[in-house]
Amino acid sequence: MEYERKFKIGKPILEVNNISLSFGGVKAITDTSFNVLEHEVRAIIGPNGAGKSSMLNCINGIYKPQQGTVSFRGQQIPNITPNIMAQMGLSRTFQNLALFKRMSVLDNILVGRKLHTKTNFLEVALQLPKVKKEEKLNRDRSEEIISFLEIEDIKDTPVGKLPYGLQKKVELGRALATDSTIILLDEPMAGMNVEEKRDMCRFILKVNDELGTTMVLIEHDMGVVMDISDRVVVLDYGKVIGDGTPDEIMANQKVIDAYLGVEH
Amino acid sequence: MKPVFMTYTKKDLINLAVCMVLSVLVIPTFITTEYWYTSILIPWLCLALATIGQQVVMGYTGQLALGAAGFMAAGAFAMFNLILRVPDLGFVGSLIVSGLIAAAFGILFGLPSLKVRGIYLMVATLASQFFIIWMIDKFGWFKNYDSSGIITAQDIVILGKPFTTPLAMYFVCLAVTTVLTLLAMNMARGSTGRNWMAVRDMDIAAESMGVSLLKTKVQAFAISAFYCGVAGALFAFCYLKSLEPVAFDIKLSFKILFMCILGGLGTINGAFIGAAFILLFPVLLNAVGNNVFHGAIDATIISSIEQVIFGGLMIIFMIYEPLGMAKLWENLKQKLSLKLQSSNVKNLKSSLSKKS
Repeated sequence: MEYERKFKIGKPILEVNNISLSFGGVKAITDTSFNVLEHEVRAIIGPNGAGKSSMLNCINGIYKPQQGTVSFRGQQIPNITPNIMAQMGLSRTFQNLALFKRMSVLDNILVGRKLHTKTNFLEVALQLPKVKKEEKLNRDRSEEIISFLEIEDIKDTPVGKLPYGLQKKVELGRALATDSTIILLDEPMAGMNVEEKRDMCRFILKVNDELGTTMVLIEHDMGVVMDISDRVVVLDYGKVIGDGTPDEIMANQKVIDAYLGVEH
Repeated sequence: MKPVFMTYTKKDLINLAVCMVLSVLVIPTFITTEYWYTSILIPWLCLALATIGQQVVMGYTGQLALGAAGFMAAGAFAMFNLILRVPDLGFVGSLIVSGLIAAAFGILFGLPSLKVRGIYLMVATLASQFFIIWMIDKFGWFKNYDSSGIITAQDIVILGKPFTTPLAMYFVCLAVTTVLTLLAMNMARGSTGRNWMAVRDMDIAAESMGVSLLKTKVQAFAISAFYCGVAGALFAFCYLKSLEPVAFDIKLSFKILFMCILGGLGTINGAFIGAAFILLFPVLLNAVGNNVFHGAIDATIISSIEQVIFGGLMIIFMIYEPLGMAKLWENLKQKLSLKLQSSNVKNLKSSLSKKS
């Protein structure tokens, strides 16, 4: 189905150049390069242990690769930390859920508004008018996201008490609350049933479509990946074995071998 | 439904009004024995304030710290020296500056939290406990070269008026505690508190949202030490009326830690409940020993029983209700309001059936 996109896919916004990462003697990623174009939905796939999550952790600054660089909007970032990347407009979710378990859904999403909060602790302690104004803006935005994700009825529940599928949704909400230009999603649909997956796909596409947010996602469900992504990069044993549109990937012999195994 | 924007709901304002009426009108009218002010109410307010400090760093930010009494000592001796050497500052000014001095120590001893966590951080923060007390003991200047070891605290004078009666001192403590509690609540419920809790619950995710771990942890330690410093100054000037480093030993740090845990980690009202429990429980136990057993049980045994019960309670709370007594109180209120609602419904039903 072809439709007119509000945000046309543009120039590369994120470039990963020759990244190599190893833990001790174990090579997780070897000399990997790919790019992400503005406003596209980009999937990273690969068998277990292919280095997909490590890749996201390198982009996000949680891991420091031994070699290679990450460029954002054509600018090479010398000293990547999660904080710096957040400030540059890159947000993410985590594979094993990294929510603030004892805080409510609303509070979790409000933490995502951190970079839009400029008041300091003294001003907050004194509840100056500008604090109230800022808090109202942040809450309005968070409520918007909550109703967009259709989780109004659980917004005051502590996140730790929610089922897995809902927690994944909250994590997406928190990433959205940052109003980032690019969001990395680490297995957003893992452990979900078909219906929940369909919902999640809808949210991802809707965000991409309405806000133009660039999406980079790791996913195992091939049907989902081929449906929603514009381009796919395939990793195996820490190396890129395929990069292109879903159709190209499906026709790629190396990818088929990696997934189905090769006869020897 | 309209989202809630306000920091204070109607219920909070009612709670505040009830607390204020109780503490300003009811207590001074009905409690006339000095013992209650000098031995219960004043230390309760001081220790509750220190416990709020402990809550900020441990309950909200999740950093195991054990050195509250050290910061209290810093605040108390800073207060003594400020009144002695900078009399122009006045009582309130000195109180704030001594809080700030304690906060500076808090920043210094909070720095290890960036590298170590959990039980190791607890050991690292013990340094504050021992270093500050050692420093005060070692350099005579802090004690104004007093050789007796115990210095008498100066009288409290605010705007030319002396505050020396137990009731007046109670009001001084009450005013300071009220203001600082409200400020703490504002922080805890606002964006500052959310940053603390985000660091507590999942630091990597917090960092990925743009929360700086360095800033948030150091800020929490500074605020915590500020509260402990002010609490320490009040503790020395209103309760002990003397200054000696021994009063701020590690036992006091543990006491504050217990107050924090039993009261409920990550709650402000828990600080008051925990402090009240730890202070009142020995009093109650003594009363039981004297009145029920008529002194048949030795006082030393009673104080041992006290320790046993505290220890047991800590374990029970850690297992069954990690959110402490504040949570129990919350549950009780919820049950009561549910009962009230159901009885209202019953009344309504019966009145309807009568009509028909």
